[in-house]
Amino acid sequence: MRLKIQHVTRYRFETPVSYGLQQLRKTPKTTPQQQIIAWQTRVEHGRKELAFEDYHHNTVELISFSRGTTELSVISEGEMELTDTAGIVGPHRGPAPLWLYRRSTELTRPRPRVRELLRGSEASPDLEGLHRLMRAIRDAVSYETGISHAGWSAEDALEAGRGVCQDHTHIFLACAREMGLPARYVSGYLMLDDSTSQDAMHAWAEAHIENLGWVGFDVSNGISPDVRYVRVATGLDYAEASPVTGMQTGGTGEALAVRIDVAQQ
Amino acid sequence: MWGDDDRLREPYARFHQWFRDEDPARLRAKQREAENLFRLTGITFNVYGRSEAEERLIPFDIIPRIISGHEWQKLARGIEQRVRAINAFIHDIYHKQEIVRAGRIPEEMISRNDAFLPHMIGVEPPGGIYTHIIGIDIVRTGPGEFFVLEDNARTPSGVSYMLENRETMLQMFPELFSRNRVRPVQNYPTDLRRSLAASAPTMADGSPVVAVLTPGIYNSAYFEHAFLADQMGVELVEGHDLKVVDGRVAMRTTRGYKPIDVLYRRVDDDFLDPLNFNPKSQLGVPGIMDVYRAGGITIANAPGTGIADDKAIYSYMPEIVEFYTGERPLLKNVPTWRCSEPEDLAHVLDNLADLVVKEVHGSGGYGMLIGPTASKKDISAFRAKLKARPGNYIAQPTLSLSTVPIFSRQGLAPRHVDLRPFVLASPRGIKITPGGLTRVALKKGSLVVNSSQGGGTKDTWVLED
Repeated sequence: MRLKIQHVTRYRFETPVSYGLQQLRKTPKTTPQQQIIAWQTRVEHGRKELAFEDYHHNTVELISFSRGTTELSVISEGEMELTDTAGIVGPHRGPAPLWLYRRSTELTRPRPRVRELLRGSEASPDLEGLHRLMRAIRDAVSYETGISHAGWSAEDALEAGRGVCQDHTHIFLACAREMGLPARYVSGYLMLDDSTSQDAMHAWAEAHIENLGWVGFDVSNGISPDVRYVRVATGLDYAEASPVTGMQTGGTGEALAVRIDVAQQ
Repeated sequence: MWGDDDRLREPYARFHQWFRDEDPARLRAKQREAENLFRLTGITFNVYGRSEAEERLIPFDIIPRIISGHEWQKLARGIEQRVRAINAFIHDIYHKQEIVRAGRIPEEMISRNDAFLPHMIGVEPPGGIYTHIIGIDIVRTGPGEFFVLEDNARTPSGVSYMLENRETMLQMFPELFSRNRVRPVQNYPTDLRRSLAASAPTMADGSPVVAVLTPGIYNSAYFEHAFLADQMGVELVEGHDLKVVDGRVAMRTTRGYKPIDVLYRRVDDDFLDPLNFNPKSQLGVPGIMDVYRAGGITIANAPGTGIADDKAIYSYMPEIVEFYTGERPLLKNVPTWRCSEPEDLAHVLDNLADLVVKEVHGSGGYGMLIGPTASKKDISAFRAKLKARPGNYIAQPTLSLSTVPIFSRQGLAPRHVDLRPFVLASPRGIKITPGGLTRVALKKGSLVVNSSQGGGTKDTWVLED
């Protein structure tokens, strides 16, 4: 399947930005399941400083704000060719060692509620067991936007009982690692059946299962990813895979508008 | 100074002759003069862990520590071998981890190590060098017998004392240097600058721009940062002087921003880049790690080198040297018990009164137990700490460190010493300054030489044979 994607992020500030940088992870990966037909990221009121590949094989672009600007736009767009592999991404290929993905992070720390959910979920470190885990997480945390914050941990979301794809994914990662499985966060695009326009990227989890390699689990939708899913960045949690990490001096009163279009060609 | 048979050791012969003929009153006056000189130059250091950052003068002793050319040659070969192995080890750890695959180091030593920096995975530092400036702490226990106590592969300090100690001796006792052929150390700043420039990224043109990054005047080693920048003739900068311009790290000058090719940074990894590491850091440069990973700057020493000087990794150094050089280690390691291992821990707990116990990531002599001189109360308190976090500690036997006399009120009196030679590594090779910094425990019988614990320093002579 071929998907056409456009992702536009516009910032406006009440006061000028004197200096600022953004680390972007917005370029889809090239893997046997997904090929880039065309992709590019443009910046308005800023410039690209450099690009490199990080230790999760993510393409990272560093951009800077134009001096004194009160706005910044980042437009990423292109076309992807997807092949269905029933959620299986395959063998680990580095560069980070597999054990790195067993490390827990601040956002995925296994605290009491995470442990309790894991105990009651009948989860096990295999394909069926992880699907059971996925169902248990959906039952415990209902999908609701506008409640959780980007800084919420797995435990925070379980306590609230509500959250978004990021929260579902963090809980899954915390549980999978608690069972000893390497697991990682995936940020990417999802083609929706009912509309082409979206206001956020999607997130799901991958666990490394013996004999299968990396397998995807979209907790929020209760399925393993298929041809509608485009993998963009991976990491130990949201903080490492997030599309934007930035710093700036000046530029108070920020207003942000995000528009994402994903459509079948 | 004296050998086992109480005979004067050969390298000290000329010095001793001179000393015997000197008037002790004149020497005492000279000792005071030396202290004044240090005060004037402003060489002081801040002591951590006191209610207020207190500036103190490191005591200087006028009796030099003298090493024969022959003994030095042997030592230098061992140091060079070790530094080659350390750089190869760090490269391997951030790439294929062949030493782990080969079963020579357990995976947990790396995977559970706080000093392992994931951001360095797969990164090729310019020229392939990770640790450009290394200080290897060595003790001598007998003729030609040396043990390495510690490898300082992150940011070894103290080189300014080595230089100032020599400068002071040259000023006060010029006659000594005409009687003894002492190998010079004064080229160190020039050598450092050359070595750093040789490690520049490929995009740097003929004369690479070098700068020293300091956390600022409140850092205990600020004097040294300023001193080295001045001696090398390069800029001393702080994080807020630098920003990312055209894909490079650039410093503000009167004629606009100028890209830096090699940054000798004296800021710790965690504070180096608030965009990539500790976001609260005010000392670093946002985006410097991105520029580094894109090949636009050399950071000396490279981030993540701490994996090689961790005290638990230290215990594997003989294996590390053999694995990467294919040679037998020329320098000995002190036998080390890893408290993370139950059998080792049991042995350590049974023998606390005879052992030195150190924190895996500790430095400066803080948080350690010296069994033979500790009180029963100290030992039992330490026992509790050990049981609570065994993985945080290693233990070693106490060595019979060699002594060198100090000039005390009663005349010459033996005191324990160690030695920190300073090593420079670049793609052009490894250079070791003859001698280094000799630290001396000023208290009788004491084995702790750290300046923060009341140790002093001496000039260190390597003689031309």
